[in-house]
Amino acid sequence: MSDPTLRADPPLIGPRGDAERLNTEQRSQIKIIFTRFFQHRPAVISLIVLLSIVIFAFIGPLFWQWDHTINRAIPSDVGPSWSHPFGTTRAGHDYMGQIMRAVQQSLKVGIVVALMVSVLGTLFGSIAGYYRGRVDAIIMRGVDVLIIIPLLAVVLVLSSATRGTSWYHVALIIGAFGWLSTARIVRGLVLSLREQEFVEAARALGASDSRIIRKHLVPNALGVIIVDATLVVAIAILIEAALSFLGFGITIPDTSLGLLIQNAQSFVFVRPRLFYIPGVFLIVICLTINFIGDGLRDALDPKRQAVRK
Amino acid sequence: MLAYAFRRLLVTVPVLLAATLFTFLLVDISGDPLEPLVFAVPPVPEATIDALRGRLYLDRGILERYWLWLTGIGDTNGDIGLLKGHWGPSVRGLDIAAEIASRFWITFRLVAIATVAGIALAVVTGVVSAVKQYSRTDNTLTFIGFLALAMPTFWFAALIKELGVWFNGFVGQRIFYTLGATSPTYNRMSFLEKTWDVITHLALPTLVLMLTGYAVISRFQRASMLEVLNSDYVRLARAKGLRYRTVMRRHALRTALIPVVTLSALTVSGALTGSVIVETIFRWRGLGIFFIEALNTTDTYAVMGFIVLSGLLIVAANLIADLLYGALDPRIRYE
Repeated sequence: MSDPTLRADPPLIGPRGDAERLNTEQRSQIKIIFTRFFQHRPAVISLIVLLSIVIFAFIGPLFWQWDHTINRAIPSDVGPSWSHPFGTTRAGHDYMGQIMRAVQQSLKVGIVVALMVSVLGTLFGSIAGYYRGRVDAIIMRGVDVLIIIPLLAVVLVLSSATRGTSWYHVALIIGAFGWLSTARIVRGLVLSLREQEFVEAARALGASDSRIIRKHLVPNALGVIIVDATLVVAIAILIEAALSFLGFGITIPDTSLGLLIQNAQSFVFVRPRLFYIPGVFLIVICLTINFIGDGLRDALDPKRQAVRK
Repeated sequence: MLAYAFRRLLVTVPVLLAATLFTFLLVDISGDPLEPLVFAVPPVPEATIDALRGRLYLDRGILERYWLWLTGIGDTNGDIGLLKGHWGPSVRGLDIAAEIASRFWITFRLVAIATVAGIALAVVTGVVSAVKQYSRTDNTLTFIGFLALAMPTFWFAALIKELGVWFNGFVGQRIFYTLGATSPTYNRMSFLEKTWDVITHLALPTLVLMLTGYAVISRFQRASMLEVLNSDYVRLARAKGLRYRTVMRRHALRTALIPVVTLSALTVSGALTGSVIVETIFRWRGLGIFFIEALNTTDTYAVMGFIVLSGLLIVAANLIADLLYGALDPRIRYE
């Protein structure tokens, strides 16, 4: 722009123009985050796929005539057809009805665990990071102790006590021990945030500790917490499936993706669809969640440029 | 450095103790091992159950039982006390020490090979991804990484097992074994045959177990390598005329490995839990199955055996990671 007469807006075309417009235009923070997120193509595609799966699992059963239980009207062991898109099992389940229910349970477990983990992790992490000293030592040593025991082992021990469990037992057990790494992450963030000027300013204005944590520290760590929570959804879904597969999670008469795979694993060759369909659902759910997490990370990170170059 | 390692080990002692106390309480509240007997039909005589309670130390308070389990000091039958080398009595009448001794190496071999191979593969692909950022190779590797992260271990294990069976049928010769850790005739084999036997049994389970560690570490390796590659000192090293390879190896990779080393200890933990699943599917008589069977029968001392061993392995992995920091980061000195 050496020529002052060209002071008017430069032509904003092409990726470079988009980048400049995004970085210069005045926008609210939410809008920036949305714009950035919707530029992450894998994340947007994943969001659409995941939303369709959510609709399939939660709204589908309202319109689909078969549920996940055995019904005498269902023919035994037939392949996919219009009346049974995923076929039926030998015992007489409609497989699509079972899958709908199983996916629903997976998603419920994932969401409840993610909520628990982010609340507990944020609570303990921010308290430890903010107060430091003895409080920090007690909380973080506790985390050190618990993290030595493999998560699946703890969860297995606890769920062996409540055999024949429903989805919320499983979710509570996973959530109760899943917050350890979240607490570590939040603590690390809070440790550095608490030294910054805006926290000092809030303290000078007479803000209480809890107000500083709630209004200043946690909102600033929120981006990282949200990204962590999305990833936790995927991890929790995989743990629940593994638990049910091993026979320690959701059990008959309810159903879960892990349980369906467990039932199908001995006849992968004879009835491959019974094995592949739940597996592919698991993979697609976790894959899309991870991509969404990746997109959120890009969108929420203030250090990133609006447009990937 | 030895002094440092020793001090580190001392610090982990209370952590390990607290972890065992915690799991001991947890296992205890998870159920009464004699419950099937109490409700058995026809009823089991009261005296028998009481005798069993005495044998399993269930007639003591929980804290006393923990103390006995840990130290073996006090009124015991001489079969309990970890510090004296006894793992405690088993509900199922097994010799826990013998079981663990025969199973430990089977699981350790699997976990160690899978961890090391998984990390090595992840470091290589992470570096390649970072150096060729946004190229087709990078995109493919990133997608594989995401897929690995989303892959349920047990499903992948069952799939690989079936593929192994299919492959054997396709070649018309049994190359990959899909059941057990060794052949039944293992003890009669020569050394070379034994090695080959172990490798062919290990191949598929290792492949499965590598996946979990690989998924996490390859992402981190890529990110940390990217950060280092964009740093000033790497640019300086290139600018002053060092060769590309030298810069990559000595300046970039060395620093980029540090965050990965932190994660590697977690990978061991992941591989241990993965071994529970892999051993179930490939029917290995290792520690993982031992743990599941112990849980199914509420065999407290057997469950604790697994927890103690896995805790020790994770502590050891942490220690190795700590010492590796010093080797990688020239600023860290152990005094």
